Amino acid sequence: MLPMSLAFLFISALTVAGGLAAVALKNTVHCALALTVAFAGLALLFLDLGAQFAGFAQILVYIGAVAILVVFAILLTRGSETPKDGVYSKHWPAGLVIAAAVFAVLGWAILSSAPQLPNASVAPTVTVLQIGQALMTRYVLPLEIIAVLLTAALIGAVIVAMHEKEGAR
Amino acid sequence: MTPLSGFLLVAALIFSIGLAGALTRRNAILVLIGIELMLNAANLNLIAFWRYGPHPEALTGMMFAIFSIAVAAAEAAVGLGLVIQVHRHAHSTDLDAMNRMKG
Repeated sequence: MLPMSLAFLFISALTVAGGLAAVALKNTVHCALALTVAFAGLALLFLDLGAQFAGFAQILVYIGAVAILVVFAILLTRGSETPKDGVYSKHWPAGLVIAAAVFAVLGWAILSSAPQLPNASVAPTVTVLQIGQALMTRYVLPLEIIAVLLTAALIGAVIVAMHEKEGAR
Repeated sequence: MTPLSGFLLVAALIFSIGLAGALTRRNAILVLIGIELMLNAANLNLIAFWRYGPHPEALTGMMFAIFSIAVAAAEAAVGLGLVIQVHRHAHSTDLDAMNRMKG
C-alpha cells in the first residue's frame, strides 16, 4: 500500500469542500465563488499529476472564463435572491439517493478493481513543445473541429441570448 | 490503495457531488454548475489514467482532457445564454416552475 502524499490529501479535501459548498450553499453568488475554489483545486490536482499544460488551461478556461460567465448569468437573472420556497427542488430526496448510489457503485468498482498500472512511480515529463507538435500532427483534425465548434458556440450563444425586438426578426 | 485509486475516488466523489447538485437544485444556473463539476471530474479521471498509464509519452489522455475543457467551455457559454433567454421569457430560473411543455 502506497501512502497518499500530504499535498494530495490537502488538495483533494479543498476540492471536495469547494464542490460541496458550490452545490449546497443558499446564496447563488456564494455558490459561484465556491465553484471557483473547486476549479482551482482541480487545477492543482492536474499539476500534482504532472499535467502542467492541462492545469494552466483549466485555470485559464474555468476560473478565467466559465466562473466569470456564471457570475454574469447570476447577476443578469437576479438569481442571488433566495426563493421563498427553498433552494432545493421538490424531488430532492430522490436526487440525493441517486447521487449516493452512483458514488457507491463507482467507489465499489474502483476499490474492488485495484488498478495496478505499470507506470506508478516515474512521473512523465511533457514539454509544451511536445504538446504543440502533437496538436499540429496527430491531433490536427480534432483541433480544427474544436475551432469550428467554438466558433459555432460563440455565434450560437450570441444569437440565443440576443434581445429580440417586437416584430423585428 | 494505489495513488491512481485515490485520484479515481476523488473524481468519483466530485462527480457524485455534481450529480447531486444537478438533481436537487431548483435554480437552472446551479444545475449548470453541477454539470460543470461532473465534466471536471471526468477530466481528472482522464489525466490520472494518462499519468499512471503505460504510454504517457503518447499524450492521449491529456489531449482528450484539453479538448474536453474546450467543449465544456462551449457548453457553458451556450447553456448560460439559454438560461438568460429563458429568464427573459418566464421571468424566473426556477426549474420547478417551468412546466409549460409538460405532457
